[in-house]
Amino acid sequence: MAGYIVRRVLQAIPVLLGTTFLIYFMVFAMPGDPIVALFGDKTPPPQVIEALRERYHLDQPFIVQYFIFLGNIFRGDLGVSFSGQPVSEVLASTFPVTLRLAALAIFFEMVAGITVGLISGLRKGGIFDASALVVSLILISLPIFVVAFVAQYIFGIQLGWFRTTVGIGAPMQDLILPALVLATISFAQISRLTRASVIDTEGQDFVRTAASKGLSRNRIVPVHILRNSLIPVVTYLAVDFGTLMVGATVTEGIFNVPGVGRTLYQAIIRGEGPTVVAFVTVMVLIYLVVNLLVDLLYAVLDPRIRYAK
Amino acid sequence: MTEIVNTTGVQQTAVDIGERPLLEIKGLQVGFNTQDGVIKAVDGIDITLYRGQSLAIVGESGSGKSTTAHAIIKLLPGTGHISGGQILLDGQDLTKTSEKEMEAIRGRKIGFVPQDPMSNLNPVWSIGFQVEEAIKANGIASGRKEVKKRAIEVLKQAGLQDADRRLKQFPHQFSGGMRQRVLIGMGLAADPQLLIADEPTSALDVTVQRVILDHLESLTRELGTTLLFITHDLGLAAERAEQLVVMYKGKVVESGPSAQILKDPQHPYTQRLVAAAPSLASRRIQATGSIAAAESGMKADASHVAGEEIDLIATAEARAEAVEAAASAPPAIVVEDLTKVFKIRGSGEFTAVDNVSFQIPKGTTMALVGESGSGKSTVAKMLLKLEDATSGKIVVGGKDLASTTGKELFQLRSRMQPVFQDPYGSLNPLRNIGNTISEPLSTHKYGTKATRRQRVHELLDQVSLPRTLISRYPNELSGGQRQRVAIARALALKPEIVVLDEAVSALDVLVQAQILRLLADLQSELGLTYLFITHDLAVVRVIADHVSVMQRGKIVEKATTDEVFDNPREQYTRDLLAAIPGAGIELGA
Repeated sequence: MAGYIVRRVLQAIPVLLGTTFLIYFMVFAMPGDPIVALFGDKTPPPQVIEALRERYHLDQPFIVQYFIFLGNIFRGDLGVSFSGQPVSEVLASTFPVTLRLAALAIFFEMVAGITVGLISGLRKGGIFDASALVVSLILISLPIFVVAFVAQYIFGIQLGWFRTTVGIGAPMQDLILPALVLATISFAQISRLTRASVIDTEGQDFVRTAASKGLSRNRIVPVHILRNSLIPVVTYLAVDFGTLMVGATVTEGIFNVPGVGRTLYQAIIRGEGPTVVAFVTVMVLIYLVVNLLVDLLYAVLDPRIRYAK
Repeated sequence: MTEIVNTTGVQQTAVDIGERPLLEIKGLQVGFNTQDGVIKAVDGIDITLYRGQSLAIVGESGSGKSTTAHAIIKLLPGTGHISGGQILLDGQDLTKTSEKEMEAIRGRKIGFVPQDPMSNLNPVWSIGFQVEEAIKANGIASGRKEVKKRAIEVLKQAGLQDADRRLKQFPHQFSGGMRQRVLIGMGLAADPQLLIADEPTSALDVTVQRVILDHLESLTRELGTTLLFITHDLGLAAERAEQLVVMYKGKVVESGPSAQILKDPQHPYTQRLVAAAPSLASRRIQATGSIAAAESGMKADASHVAGEEIDLIATAEARAEAVEAAASAPPAIVVEDLTKVFKIRGSGEFTAVDNVSFQIPKGTTMALVGESGSGKSTVAKMLLKLEDATSGKIVVGGKDLASTTGKELFQLRSRMQPVFQDPYGSLNPLRNIGNTISEPLSTHKYGTKATRRQRVHELLDQVSLPRTLISRYPNELSGGQRQRVAIARALALKPEIVVLDEAVSALDVLVQAQILRLLADLQSELGLTYLFITHDLAVVRVIADHVSVMQRGKIVEKATTDEVFDNPREQYTRDLLAAIPGAGIELGA
């Protein structure tokens, strides 16, 4: 097991180098001069431009810039954003917000998706199953910003249960509504996945054998049907968590959540090389870690899977 | 329909006529709802089983025997439901019980041992967990220590000697035989009065099968458990049960004491079943050589049997001469010192095939026999060059396989075709039968579209399938029909060699007999050479000229079929022979 993890971590190094290089290259290749763009309509004195260029190494050739950036990263220095704030500080302020939002969204979609999926699967073809399918289809086909605006209007303005935008410090109660909106996308997937998995498991021979042993339905459903059905669902949830962690740009934008998605979007618009690359590097890292965790989780959930040294 | 006779003989002291039967099934009907209405899987059957007796329900797949078993414990799959009749367990009508009442009956009064040890244990829970929950659910013991103690006891009783050590292990860490012991242990955990064993050993090797069945027999006798046994194997049923019930298409066609039914079958279906049971047959099938007779299918089968009786001796002699003549000609396949070593991650190497040598004369059949894991399928894969040999030589039609590559190998493949075990898995469900059979033809660019179609028609005729099947899909065909399609596909390129890897193992006895006959006819007609791989020695007797017995990667015995059967030299071969169910049963003349 330990050997397997070490191998996977070593595999991550070339992936990380490759992705940072690609991102760096793409940001570099973006049209327009970021320094000029920074000043908008005003024309700054050439000395100021020159000083800024030197400060952000924009006067150096691309490959030199990349290696300077890489060297700094190894020293723990992620650079400085155009507003003068160290990128590491920006990361430290945005990732916890997104982490809370993602965790909350995962919690909602997990509880709702698995519950609905289990009931639909056990009562395949019934009224509950049919209505769950209709609701899922509606949620899948609605664009996220529609769901977000409708939720804002109903729960924020009409009913007044939640604030329509997230306040300073992103308190938990403000994150509930955006988390619910985020959960609607995956809710449909999870409930359908759970349903299919439950139906599949219920037809398995060992479920009949469990019943033939004299077990009650109340024991068979959680222990023999749900437990086995959750293997694909949990791995889907883990991957989904990775996706949510790298930021939900649209939702964060609509609810004004000071998270990863919104910050990254703004950095891209401004052409802030160091911020974009630092964010993407961390995102790639999160993705790699989440994927490794998913694979390890698989082995925990399914005893048949064991990783060799 | 014959009445079930209550007593079979002198040993049957427990049974007296006035006693109430433990299980009495009266006019049971089971229906499945489909799009075309209700299909009656079980149609008014009567079975009576007294305490301490053993009864076997025999029939082919689809006869309703497993459905009957599931109806008794009221665990019918899908849309299945009891639509009529009574199931009286000790006087209580199970068809009228609620689900709650059934939960109390299952496990405690009726134990159930399912068919497939691979799929009947939950893969995510440990063996101990699954046995313990059965014990707890039936209130046999309470408290963790007590339950665990009883679990170990139950497993030991079922023949798992190191049960205490293995409780924490998961099903995948157990062999098939071990899992079946666990399932038997679970079925008997609450000491039920009635044990239903649904094909408990059909997924296991013959030698393992015998050990398990012997154990089950002595265990049920010890505990005084009444046994209801379900099997497709007539020989097995007759050997293991006092009473037989023969089912066909949802109806009981014959019932009575086993020995009597076997010696003197009354119903035509039972007669055919007795005649077709390979475990009871004694001679190699002699090809009649007439394809026309085979064409008309089932009806022709009867005339076949009649014809065979007349000139059995003559054809047998002719066959022997042909085999002898073939021995002097250059062999079709020469295998020398063939070895295959697999590297296993973490634990070094595993020699699957160890120094195997054999020759197959042209136009004859060699059977490669062994239990699962003996390396016989690996030999087949290397022969087909689907797997590379570690060392050794394979010469096919004078060509060394190892040095054959590219175009030459492509050519060689057309002369050597496989048929695999699972007729459900080896046909692409999205291709119709015509496309399936003509695929090798188009791959090897044989003729034009019209001539390919012509060839498909010819092949369908050869394997006795109607030409109308050409546009049908595999899911519309029966298992036997599918295996015929697989054989037709293998014959498409007019190969000289056909490798049959457990090609009849998944089929019902009657279908098996038809396919074996077809293979024999095709061999004499087309001069085919067969490598016939099987774990079932009973089948070997009717199809093979030569037998090689494999054990742990090595060939331990090599001889003609008659020699192996009449005079086996190796203990292992003797074990395999002794394990053929029903081998010891004398059929009345």
